[in-house]
Amino acid sequence: MLSFLSKRLLVALLVCVTVSALSFGLMFLSGDPAIAIAGSGGRAEDAEAIRVAYGFDRPLVIQYLDWIGSALTGDLGQSIYFNVPVTEIIGNRVGVTLTLGFISFLVALVIAVPLGIAAALRPNGWIDRIALVIAVSGQAIPSFWLGLMAIVVFGVWYGMVPISGAETWQGYILPVVVLSYYAIPELMRITRSGMIDVLATDYVRAAKAKGLPMHLVISRHALRNAVLPLVSLAAVQLGQLLSGSIVIESVFALNGLGRLAWESLLRSDLPVVQAIILILSLLYVVLTTLADILNAVLDPRLRGAS
Amino acid sequence: MTDKMLDIRNLKVALPTERGTLNAVRGVDLSIAKGETLCLVGESGCGKSLTATALMGLLPRYAKVTADRFEMAGQDLTAKTDAKLAKMRGRDVAMIFQDPTSALNPTLTIGRQLTEGVMRAEKLSRKEADARAIEMLDRVGIANPAARLTQYPHGFSGGQRQRIMIASALMGRPKLLIADEPTTALDVTIQAQILALLGELQADLGLSLLLITHDLGVVAAIATEVAVMYAGRIAERAPVKDLFRAPQHPYTQGLLAAIPVPGLTPRGSALPAIPGRVPGLIGTMTGCAFRDRCALAGAECSQDPVPRHSPAPGRFVECYKAAEVAA
Amino acid sequence: MAELSTQAARPSIWRKMRGNTGALIGGTLLAVIVLIALFAPLLAPHDPVAQDLTRRLLPPFWHDRSVPEHLLGTDHLGRDYLSRLIYGARVSLGVGLGVILVSGAIGITLGLLAGYFGGWVDMVISFAITTRLSLPIVLVALAAVALGGASLTTLITVLGLLLWDRFAVVTRAAAQSLRHQEFIMGLRAIGASRARILFLEILPNMRATILVVVSLEVANVILLEAALSFLGLGVRPPTPSWGLMISEGRDNILFDPWLIALPGTALCLLVLAVNLFGDGMRDITGPVRK
Repeated sequence: MLSFLSKRLLVALLVCVTVSALSFGLMFLSGDPAIAIAGSGGRAEDAEAIRVAYGFDRPLVIQYLDWIGSALTGDLGQSIYFNVPVTEIIGNRVGVTLTLGFISFLVALVIAVPLGIAAALRPNGWIDRIALVIAVSGQAIPSFWLGLMAIVVFGVWYGMVPISGAETWQGYILPVVVLSYYAIPELMRITRSGMIDVLATDYVRAAKAKGLPMHLVISRHALRNAVLPLVSLAAVQLGQLLSGSIVIESVFALNGLGRLAWESLLRSDLPVVQAIILILSLLYVVLTTLADILNAVLDPRLRGAS
Repeated sequence: MTDKMLDIRNLKVALPTERGTLNAVRGVDLSIAKGETLCLVGESGCGKSLTATALMGLLPRYAKVTADRFEMAGQDLTAKTDAKLAKMRGRDVAMIFQDPTSALNPTLTIGRQLTEGVMRAEKLSRKEADARAIEMLDRVGIANPAARLTQYPHGFSGGQRQRIMIASALMGRPKLLIADEPTTALDVTIQAQILALLGELQADLGLSLLLITHDLGVVAAIATEVAVMYAGRIAERAPVKDLFRAPQHPYTQGLLAAIPVPGLTPRGSALPAIPGRVPGLIGTMTGCAFRDRCALAGAECSQDPVPRHSPAPGRFVECYKAAEVAA
Repeated sequence: MAELSTQAARPSIWRKMRGNTGALIGGTLLAVIVLIALFAPLLAPHDPVAQDLTRRLLPPFWHDRSVPEHLLGTDHLGRDYLSRLIYGARVSLGVGLGVILVSGAIGITLGLLAGYFGGWVDMVISFAITTRLSLPIVLVALAAVALGGASLTTLITVLGLLLWDRFAVVTRAAAQSLRHQEFIMGLRAIGASRARILFLEILPNMRATILVVVSLEVANVILLEAALSFLGLGVRPPTPSWGLMISEGRDNILFDPWLIALPGTALCLLVLAVNLFGDGMRDITGPVRK
């Protein structure tokens, strides 16, 4: 267990370092960040001033170490557009993204897992058919388009919910519906197939042979094993919901991290973009690492000989 | 009610498939007296496992199961089987599976898996249930049983796991134990140990044992009665000595013929090959299912119903040519 | 109990949909869309970028105000919507194929090397895969396109450089299992070169597997291109991309919701076709982990 944990954490740490270097390097993709910031129409003196002010004249490695060093102390630099610390801007926006991501994730889980189980219990039954339709359509419909259509139908035609902004909780309804619909198919597929596999195992038959009632056979024996592949996928999905909400935030005009990143890109406010990419990547690494640890807790075989 | 622990008449199991209805079990009669060991023998696909699974009520929902008589462990289950059978599982009747590596849940401790059935059924406390689990583990030959309760299945060998499965089956103090090829997945030396253990427990506890196998060596070692199954029906049923001495069905004869010394065949050897193939069981079939592979087959063998001879009490054979075979 | 597997007894509707039925529906639909894209110049009634500001926002045929020359109406610049939709298929499929060529080449090469050589090569490449998976794909693609200058070439290059992970994962696993098969061992014994074994023996044996990943990835790329174009950082106007059309129609969704409904439906149909076809292929050629 310990060696498994330490190995897993070492890989996570290495990934963090690499990801930070990548998000730092992105700044230089356009060639000269000073010109990107000054704007391509800007004067050469302006670009030069920026170069010196931001330290772009120093060697890359020094710049990176400087950046990552301050990042570790919680300083992600200064926004060029707002001229305030990046952490402050992000702090104002991260709540919306986290709220949207987590609620959508929970909604998706609450729908996908029971539906997947019900579909697996009666293959070809009507629940299974509904599940199939949801899975096939959910994977083909682009979420930003679904969001717009939902705005047209529920916001404009019926006036049931606010069509943009998150000033009230109602503003979250449509974005949550759309984002969770995006996450449901994969979660449901893996629950269903995992459940079907597990239900066909001998230990489930043995549990029935012991006289356990069906609900205990499912909750204690089947679900516990069917959930193992679900844990890893759920972590990936949560990470994708958090980083993928950029499109949804823009559709519903929610002031979250994704929209901030998009606006910052259009304003060439690179330090903000860098910081957001770094934060989302690290979040993903943390989530998948947690999933691996959770799996090891749930599955005694992964813990090594007991 | 008789002293029979199991008495079924005309058990049928039908499974819907893409190509039509698969009549896997086509009217099986089985009875086991108290304290008796009946071996159900047959090639794979003959329906013996399905029969056992049907007795436990563990077939999938889409399987259609019918019987004219279904009495088990002193209960008449002919009319309303499902709910009543569910109450009997793990208490009056218990089952052991073929592959002990997959029959134990990898994510639960041994103790939990042993005790969960009786804690519910008999309202035992954790302590009482643990005490019984320790007793049963000790009985099946697991060393240091108290310490084992908190361990997970992956730490045990195949033979140990099968012992644990047997202990688990004994937890509810069943009257009838159904064992579905309990030694097939094990090494030859372990097979002998597990068989010996089953025989011992059967004698000590006065269990009735239904043992499914395709291994005639196992039959010779443990059975008191034998039922030979072919293509979903019992071809011949006899006390073990009579069957080995004087088989009356051409199929039984074929099975025994390939064994060098009857009754002494090494354990683990597969059934000898008989020329020809088992008929497909999709759709209806008339006459004797074995006729295409039978050297004695005549015109009458394609007629229904195949006559059943009973040369002695507790013995029967379904064959037109039984007299010729016996002669 | 082998005779009792649920699958054998009764084919699941999921399997059917993912098997021949799905492949047939998806394949037919896909073929139609591909033909439309190929023969766009013949099929499109108008020039997809020709503006006519006197005929702006004409509705499609089911409205009273519709005009027969513009079957599906016109957009806010008076461009024929049907022609733009037809040419939009070219963009979606073109970007899809272009990206696959880049990402497939990278992913398959890395996967082959990792799976065949194992050891530290495998460690490094597996680490690269893990790192790549942790990058937020939409955001990184947006940033890269924004900084690299939005154009079709940049878009294809950026997505190609980002989306090789699934190819690598699947090829790696396939190479690992092929590596120990007898015919490969035999080739090694007679001294065949590594390059020959890798690209002439192992690679052709993965055709089915790779084809399935291609379909999964094409659907993925089509959706990503639409999303990026929707955000204004993908395909540049006036190129008729379905995602861009949805973005352009967005200002008028109050009164002309068909402006987004039509390109969105086209997108859904194309992705559905690719998915059904790919899932069908996967089921026919054997399982591939996603």
